[in-house]
Amino acid sequence: PPARELTQNPLQKTWEPYDNGLPAGHSAQRGVCMTNCPTLIVMVGLPARGKTYISKKLTRYLNWIGVPTKEFNVGQYRRDLVKKYKSFEFFLPDNEEGLKIRKQCALAALNDVRQYLSEENGHVAVFDATNTTRERRETIYKFGEENGYKTFFVESVCVDPEVIAANIVQVKLGSPDYVDCSNDEATEDFMKRIECYKNSYETLDETLDKDLSYIKIMDVGRSYLVNRVMDHIQSRIVYYLMNIHVTPRSIYLCRHGESELNLKGRIGGDPGLSVRGKEFAKSLALFINEQNIKDLKVWTSQMKRTIQTAEALGVPYEQWKVLNEIDAGVCEEMTYEEIQENYPLEFALRDQDKYRYRYPKGESYEDLVQRLEPVIMELERQENVLVICHQAVMRCLLAYFLDKPAEQLPYLKCPLHTVLKLTPVAYGCKVESIFLNVEAVNTHRDKPENVDISRPPEDALVTVPAHQ
Amino acid sequence: AWASYMTNSPTLIVMIGLPARGKTYMSKKLTRYLNWIGVPTKVFNLGVYRREAVKSYKSYDFFRHDNKEAMEIRKRCALVALEDVKAYLLEECGQIAVRVLCTKESFICGVLNQGGVLHSLKCASLPPPQVFFVESVCDDPEVIAANILEVKVSSPDYPERHRENVMDDFLKRIECYKVTYQPLDPDAEDKDLSFIKVINVGQRFLVNRVQDYIQSKIVYYLMNIHVQPRTIYLCRHGESEYNLVGKIGGDSGLSPRGKQFSQALKKFIEEQEIVDLKVWTSQLKRTIQTAESLGVLYEQWKILNEIDAGVCEEMTYAEIEAKYPEEFAMRDQEKYLYRYPGGESYQDLVQRLEPVIMELERQGNVLVISHQAVMRCLLAYFLDKSADELPYLRCPLHTILKLTPVAYGCKVETITLNVEAVNTHRDKPTLNSSSQSPGRMRRSSFTPRASADTVKRPRHHSVGSKPLDLLGPFPSLE
Repeated sequence: PPARELTQNPLQKTWEPYDNGLPAGHSAQRGVCMTNCPTLIVMVGLPARGKTYISKKLTRYLNWIGVPTKEFNVGQYRRDLVKKYKSFEFFLPDNEEGLKIRKQCALAALNDVRQYLSEENGHVAVFDATNTTRERRETIYKFGEENGYKTFFVESVCVDPEVIAANIVQVKLGSPDYVDCSNDEATEDFMKRIECYKNSYETLDETLDKDLSYIKIMDVGRSYLVNRVMDHIQSRIVYYLMNIHVTPRSIYLCRHGESELNLKGRIGGDPGLSVRGKEFAKSLALFINEQNIKDLKVWTSQMKRTIQTAEALGVPYEQWKVLNEIDAGVCEEMTYEEIQENYPLEFALRDQDKYRYRYPKGESYEDLVQRLEPVIMELERQENVLVICHQAVMRCLLAYFLDKPAEQLPYLKCPLHTVLKLTPVAYGCKVESIFLNVEAVNTHRDKPENVDISRPPEDALVTVPAHQ
Repeated sequence: AWASYMTNSPTLIVMIGLPARGKTYMSKKLTRYLNWIGVPTKVFNLGVYRREAVKSYKSYDFFRHDNKEAMEIRKRCALVALEDVKAYLLEECGQIAVRVLCTKESFICGVLNQGGVLHSLKCASLPPPQVFFVESVCDDPEVIAANILEVKVSSPDYPERHRENVMDDFLKRIECYKVTYQPLDPDAEDKDLSFIKVINVGQRFLVNRVQDYIQSKIVYYLMNIHVQPRTIYLCRHGESEYNLVGKIGGDSGLSPRGKQFSQALKKFIEEQEIVDLKVWTSQLKRTIQTAESLGVLYEQWKILNEIDAGVCEEMTYAEIEAKYPEEFAMRDQEKYLYRYPGGESYQDLVQRLEPVIMELERQGNVLVISHQAVMRCLLAYFLDKSADELPYLRCPLHTILKLTPVAYGCKVETITLNVEAVNTHRDKPTLNSSSQSPGRMRRSSFTPRASADTVKRPRHHSVGSKPLDLLGPFPSLE
């Protein structure tokens, strides 16, 4: 049979084969990684060992790189079922009533896992519970096998009392379980809760569990034991888990100072800073000095405007090509008015699906995320970092830290001359927005109401910000 | 190099393990990978030093732990090797030295006795090296026997020996080491060392105190490689319409001969009878059209797209030389580092392709249908070609390179599929004295050197939109 004809998807500019005018059962697009069968990640460990922290962070990372992931916290199911938490006695190993409810919750969670992975197109499910006995893990493993999932265990082992105490302060004292207790009462109860698990705790064993796929994280990442990594996604998960840390630090994100092309409302290009942009660079230097940040690393793209901004700081900085602004292809250096004039269809398609839309001979936000993954990985490894980048790039990075989905990502507000200070706290990230008091044009274009390809130009241009 | 800023202080990787545990295999592979991503790395193999010191190897007796004379020789070799390591890190500006050793004890011994190879490195302006241990532990006798057959039988130590004698002698050699071998112990003495323990050829790993970026990359790499036999096929798309007219880049379709090649490729693949073959293409039409002919599932990778020639996209070399003579000359001077204005360099390409290499290491049998520059980069990784050679590697159209890992390297078979095509290879021209280009490589910017005005990116109409009138006045808002 002759080779199938190819047609170019107008949104993503990818070539797809078609048969009789319809897309054929075609080639796979490799986004970042392909998962052939769903993966069930099973957390293992005593309370206050960072299981929920790891689950949430891993889930956020996987979703950001494009792998649909969801976490299922059995504690939450328990809180939904048993409206009011009384005390640690619920967790005593001989509390029949308690055991019954906890098993019920675990099964309910597994049922939801099955629905997510088998019916809702989820790729990865993170099952967040203590799972401290071999018997419980067997049950879950069997569940995985029956449903055709690959199971991967993530165990967190920690004996350092300081770390455990810090965890309790960070995330347990504010838990709904302890809303009516004093801090001391809560801490005491929680320590007794941990004791309930200790006697029956069976850690993953090199011999007994040699056929399972798992990573054992020891002492918050001092060392790792990795067994039988089966596929690409497990290898990515292991790499990620081995790079994250919990040392307190801050990440500063900002754009380059206002550029000459910003003033004219033109996108892309490689212009230098405007007069106000240069002022901003100086203000940034002052701001950074005032913050008194220990061992700050400064990163820029390889475009003139970010480098000029960093130069004003008078400190060493690293240039990353992958931090370059999104490539607008044939639309480089155009204004939105010109894009509407010359490529009205492209302009409309972009408004219809800004995340997936790829400029002709350029990139999409989706491409940008893939390109930025090494930056995220290195940001996880590092401590205090200032990243001087660009609007679309900053949106992608921000979406990772603030767990924003693909639909919202391209519309996150990242104005010029504003620094976002991100500080990890509990399970998320605190954001402080600091405007450095140097005026700049607005470059944010909201999604217009009319995204139809036949819309009149006024409808398309209604949200374009003012420029020279 | 893009990764070089990550490695401010040099790293000393020390391989540990009994003989026939894959230390040399891992160190050579790791070195090849690190050099490819731009981190200058070199292997220092104690066995080589020993063979120079002791011209002729007699038997395993040399390795007995109670053979005092031999122990002296081996210690001296270790010290000489350490001196060379120091020279490499200091003088040759290398960043990583990989030492292939046997037991942890002899390394520590070497360092202590030396009283400061590391100390003297501290005195120099170079920061002291980070030390990272890679230990290979294996108790599977089949794996060990296979290793011995694969690489030891052909070792210079055993020039004409009978195979069984070799096996026998080597196993006794291993026994000599076992007497004093102390594996790394993360729970006790070695808990403060940075290391990875590779157990049973990658079935299990123990990782302790990874200190920095480069150690984290090394760990990731070692966790992704495997030793299962497999074959990698590299080829370009079939001849394209642009190839015929000498235009670079763009997104044209296959020429009639290119389509013929695709058919021939299909036949070739079928004849090879490859088990579980994965097929990868770029997201450019010409590679996809080529894969379509195979009638099998394939995956499209955007990062396999051809090098972006920026403002030179869709021009012929003659046109580029005429319009941007300085750019053209600069490229010939330093083809690896040269970045097209608004485009990429080979160096950028290598960075872009790293995830492909990582995934190729994980996979089994793969056919990668890509492009000239991309294929050169991938080939350079497998055949350990330097940055100077990389941009001039020969990757002609309608030719498949079949790569099979063997011993410490890679066997290459070239298969020409008997369908004519244009030649797209440009050798490095012999420089004449008049083409003096400024030495400094411009790192970014869209503006090519030969042009006074800012040049706009080439405009071509996209699906559905009317073409921009390239001959008319450019609409201005001023």
